[in-house]
Amino acid sequence: MNLTLHVWRQNGAKAPGKLEQYEAKNVSPDQSFLEMLDEVNEQLIKNGKEPIVFDHDCREGICGMCSQVINGVPHGGQERTTVCQLHMRSFSDGDTIYIEPWRALAFPILKDLIVDRSNLEKIMQAGGYTSCHTGGVADGNAILVPQPAAEYAMDAAECIGCGACVAACPNGSAMLYTSAKVAQLAVLPQGQAEAAQRVCDMTDAAQAAGFGNCSNHYECQAACPKGVSVKFIAKLNREYQKALFK
Amino acid sequence: MRILTSSVGRKILMSITGQLLIIFVLIHLIGNSTIFFGPNGINAYAKHLHDLPPLVWAFRLFMLAAVSVHICYGVMLTLENKAANPGAYAVKRNLKKSFASENMIWTGVLLAGFIIYHLLQFTVHGTPDIVVGLDAANRVDVFKMVVTSFGHGLISVTYMAAMVMLFLHLSHGIPSFLQTMGWNNEKTIPVYATGGKVISAILMVAYISIPAVILAGLLKL
Ligand code: HEM
Repeated sequence: MNLTLHVWRQNGAKAPGKLEQYEAKNVSPDQSFLEMLDEVNEQLIKNGKEPIVFDHDCREGICGMCSQVINGVPHGGQERTTVCQLHMRSFSDGDTIYIEPWRALAFPILKDLIVDRSNLEKIMQAGGYTSCHTGGVADGNAILVPQPAAEYAMDAAECIGCGACVAACPNGSAMLYTSAKVAQLAVLPQGQAEAAQRVCDMTDAAQAAGFGNCSNHYECQAACPKGVSVKFIAKLNREYQKALFK
Repeated sequence: MRILTSSVGRKILMSITGQLLIIFVLIHLIGNSTIFFGPNGINAYAKHLHDLPPLVWAFRLFMLAAVSVHICYGVMLTLENKAANPGAYAVKRNLKKSFASENMIWTGVLLAGFIIYHLLQFTVHGTPDIVVGLDAANRVDVFKMVVTSFGHGLISVTYMAAMVMLFLHLSHGIPSFLQTMGWNNEKTIPVYATGGKVISAILMVAYISIPAVILAGLLKL
């Protein structure tokens, strides 16, 4: 099939950017979205032009590197699917596709479709850990974790940190990301000791990095390629209230 | 005081003040519906309220504080959220966001305008349509005042429009305050979303019924 692409091109953080049009010819429905872009890039290189710059790594839907807003939805809007796992069969011959980078104040564009997501790391560094003495390897079940808590923590830990929640949020808020980390640790015995400090520090770090506030639109959950639920934001809110009285 | 400055803290204050306003809106509706019992209903109710002057004033100040906190943080959070999203997508398709959720600030501002008008009218008696007098039992004749004012089509329509704003504000506001307080879970989130719309719709219809019944001539002097 043949497609018309409108791709955001920006030659650096300070440079002005604009959408440019490309034709993707003879695209196979079995290709992934990134493979389609690889071919467009090969063509661009052949013609002596700058290839489109985009983030990617594992191409298995687990690393959280790919970050493109496709036709207005982060990762393209197929439920629980990252860009690398989006296949061209979900498009039709003759389609026009808009491809843009994540857009948020806290995600400055570096080049074309690549944004700087290190602000998510700042949130993580502020409290996304537990402090413990690392001696010898601990016994497997020395700390008992109830099954429901383990399940809940695993659901929260599904977050791959791609930032689609921020890109989708009308407020450029990182609350879903932050809440997944806070909730995951708050529900485990190992996370208890620092729970109050953690929720305050992580939400403060998000605010300081320029992410917006949550206003419960739930665009984040709808765009999340891992289906991380806004129930974790409610959990974060409960943790925060507990912390206010500590 | 981290609750006054932090992202989540200020949301909690919005939520609590929003809840206080909802409680007020509910009690106010119950009080207002005494109008359906005629002059003896609402005039007696108004007299009971105003026989408690220190309480009335304490209550007024409390509501003023709540609404001020709600408006200040509403404006502040909205401005911050606008700044955090440069809004530069050439194409943006939203999957969840509703008209009500994205217009909270505007339905809120219109409600604030309405509250000022409403107080000027029925509390301060400062609008030209107001007739103040006493009824047969020597009580302030609230019934006559309200029925006369709502007899003007434009005034009734203004009130009805304001109640549509209240419906929009609360259809997002009710599920939203439950989320902000964390009083929900995965199962109840969608239930509260629907419940919020239903409760807001009931409130809207109930409030609108008063000017509607008067305009229709079913409740007259
Ligand atoms: C009858 C009057 C009002 C009631 C019952 C009410 C109720 C509520 C409730 C329950 C919420 C949800 C809080 C949360 O997200 O946890 C809310 C949010 C909001 N209200 Fe009001 N409100 C009223 C008047 C106003 C006024 C006068 C304004 C502003 C001028 C306003 C602006 C807002 C804004 C901007 C939000 C969203 C805040 C956010 O999501 O970040 N409201 N309101």
